Amino acid sequence: MSENKYIPKTKLAKWFDSRLPLLSLSHHLKEYPTPKNLNYWWTFGGILTFCLITQIITGVILGMHYVAHTDHAFESIEHIMRDVNYGWLLRYVHANGASMFFLAVYIHIFRSLFYGSYKAPREVIWIIGVIIYLLMMATAFMGYVLPWGQMSFWGATVITNLFSAIPLVGESITTWLWGGYAIDNPTLTRFYALHYLLPFLIFGLIILHIWALHVPGNNNPTGIDIKKNSNETMPFHPYMVMKDITALLVFIIIFFWFVFFAPNALGHPDNYIEANPLVTPTHIVPEWYLLPFYAILRAIPSKLGGVIFMFAAIFVLVLLPWLDTSKVRSSIFRPLYRKFFWVLVATVILLGYLGAKPPEGIYLVLSRIATAYYFIHFLILLPVLGRYEKTDQLPMSISDPVLNKPGLIDKFKKAAGQYEGDNVGSFK
Amino acid sequence: MKVIMLGLLNRIILTIFISIITTSSFAEEINTKYLNTDWSFKGIFGTFERASLQRGYQVYQEVCSGCHSVQHLSYRNLFEKGGPEFSIEEAKAIATQFEVEDGPNSDGEMFMRSGRLSDKFVKPYPNVEASTAANGGAYPPDMSVLAKARAGGADYIYSLLLGYEEAPTGFELDDGVYYNKYMPGNKIKMSAPLLDGIVEYSDGTQATTEQMAKDVTAFLVWASEPHLEAQHRMGFKAIIYLIILLTLVYMSKQKVWSRFGSKEEPKEETFDKVEKVVTKYEGEDPKTFK
Repeated sequence: MSENKYIPKTKLAKWFDSRLPLLSLSHHLKEYPTPKNLNYWWTFGGILTFCLITQIITGVILGMHYVAHTDHAFESIEHIMRDVNYGWLLRYVHANGASMFFLAVYIHIFRSLFYGSYKAPREVIWIIGVIIYLLMMATAFMGYVLPWGQMSFWGATVITNLFSAIPLVGESITTWLWGGYAIDNPTLTRFYALHYLLPFLIFGLIILHIWALHVPGNNNPTGIDIKKNSNETMPFHPYMVMKDITALLVFIIIFFWFVFFAPNALGHPDNYIEANPLVTPTHIVPEWYLLPFYAILRAIPSKLGGVIFMFAAIFVLVLLPWLDTSKVRSSIFRPLYRKFFWVLVATVILLGYLGAKPPEGIYLVLSRIATAYYFIHFLILLPVLGRYEKTDQLPMSISDPVLNKPGLIDKFKKAAGQYEGDNVGSFK
Repeated sequence: MKVIMLGLLNRIILTIFISIITTSSFAEEINTKYLNTDWSFKGIFGTFERASLQRGYQVYQEVCSGCHSVQHLSYRNLFEKGGPEFSIEEAKAIATQFEVEDGPNSDGEMFMRSGRLSDKFVKPYPNVEASTAANGGAYPPDMSVLAKARAGGADYIYSLLLGYEEAPTGFELDDGVYYNKYMPGNKIKMSAPLLDGIVEYSDGTQATTEQMAKDVTAFLVWASEPHLEAQHRMGFKAIIYLIILLTLVYMSKQKVWSRFGSKEEPKEETFDKVEKVVTKYEGEDPKTFK
């Protein structure tokens, strides 16, 4: 299935396309060759685009009713929930949409880790992805501040105070972020402005992310290069579009389950108490999707150290394409890496769990071990594995029978190899 | 490949499941020890019992409203669909019982008038400070979203109302502080608000402490989520619709992909080739390889 060049059918199309090649672009998007062996873990890119658009649409409408003022923010949310037509629906979709957005992005990231999608020639896609992830966290954090509940206020206090750990200029930076000497109305209004702005930056970066993807094309579960103009690919439309929509509908069903039947399950009850600078909640916890980083922050005994490690935990991802020295992309052919991958998943989930617990006793010890392991995985295990791991034999192509009937075919191959010499490739 | 993928799928689903459990566990772990009762509003078809909400309003009005505000409710909410559904006349009558400050009038003076349906519930104190001062330094929280603002929600409120006990020996209590089994820290500044027969229900329901606690809790759950019934109804419809749509889309997807199925034949060809070569040497019985 090769990607043929767009040939305008009418004079008008030709006239327009030679001036602005939008028709060529849409033709490319339709015909874009995708590996035919992409599984459902590859549908999360589309799902994430859906999430962003949903957040922007619901967010813009919520913005028409929300009042970014410390005296009115909490009240205006209740106004939305009670008096705006379907305001409750908009707000619950927006609030749970953030959680679902992160659920999808975590699956998307771990898919990339599992199948080695960050490796050459896809480093730039990956790095743009990490920046998008970082912006998502900033956007979500500022969005959580807007309802001006207790967790909004105290979450903002904890996070903005982190910057005061920077030597010499820390205090000034914090004051600058707050727009005053405490978290107050100027903080809320600037968070609102930025919360409105950042999603559009994310949108722009997603375009770059997809553009960068369309240069080398998709990775695939085997991680081996595909021949672009062969029967190993299929056009994006209708094949991948149909698959993406199928997965998206499953995702929306789960999403709506939360929206309609457990809309507050992922939030903290304290955020329904209006912000009060004089009363500190017993435990200040961020939203669930930030918990692993919160655990890393608190695992380090010094404040500055905690901040450095927290940001390093994200920055280390930027270096990942060079830290992982293995030439083999997919962990399907990396028996050792595959095990360590699952240990990493477990570690991140453990960190998330610990982030919700008070930093004391066994929780603190565990979060230190998990933090250490997180960095060991990226900084030591990956470079070492790349050098010493004995990877499984790669198939010749994504349609190699090895992938489909491993046991039987391997035996055939072995037996055939005895007679025909080791060049099993001659059967292809 | 299939085996690996299946294992992968299982593990990832398990992982997601565990992560959801862990993240919600901090909200739920205290939950288990609360008293609970058969709430009609729980579950995907959950609705409120009108009579219970009306009784709950009565308990709120006669017992709680002396100290607690419900500032985000309006009197019109009392007759709106999905709530206590008083008749519009009853709701008007309730509203007119209250004096509301309005103004300024054309002389620039603030004045009092009787309440209207569009007014918010009148607060017992003008502001948080006045309320705190009048209640021994503890602010009786506004109850508009109380059921959502406490871990445990309805079960917590219900338990708290029934959780007053004698303090265990050795437990120090200051004057004006009471022992409550379900209050975090067990100290509460509110004295036991409900006593048998403290209100007289007009519908003949026995005003036991449990009954009043149940009614007023239901009222507070409705107050914090006035569109709960609409939410459940729409959610059910939306999910049924999505499941039907998903089935159709999945079938179309299978249909579309089947066009591509013929392209996968080379696999079989390779398989045959290998088999042929092997049979050439090993005879007709390839079972030896199985």
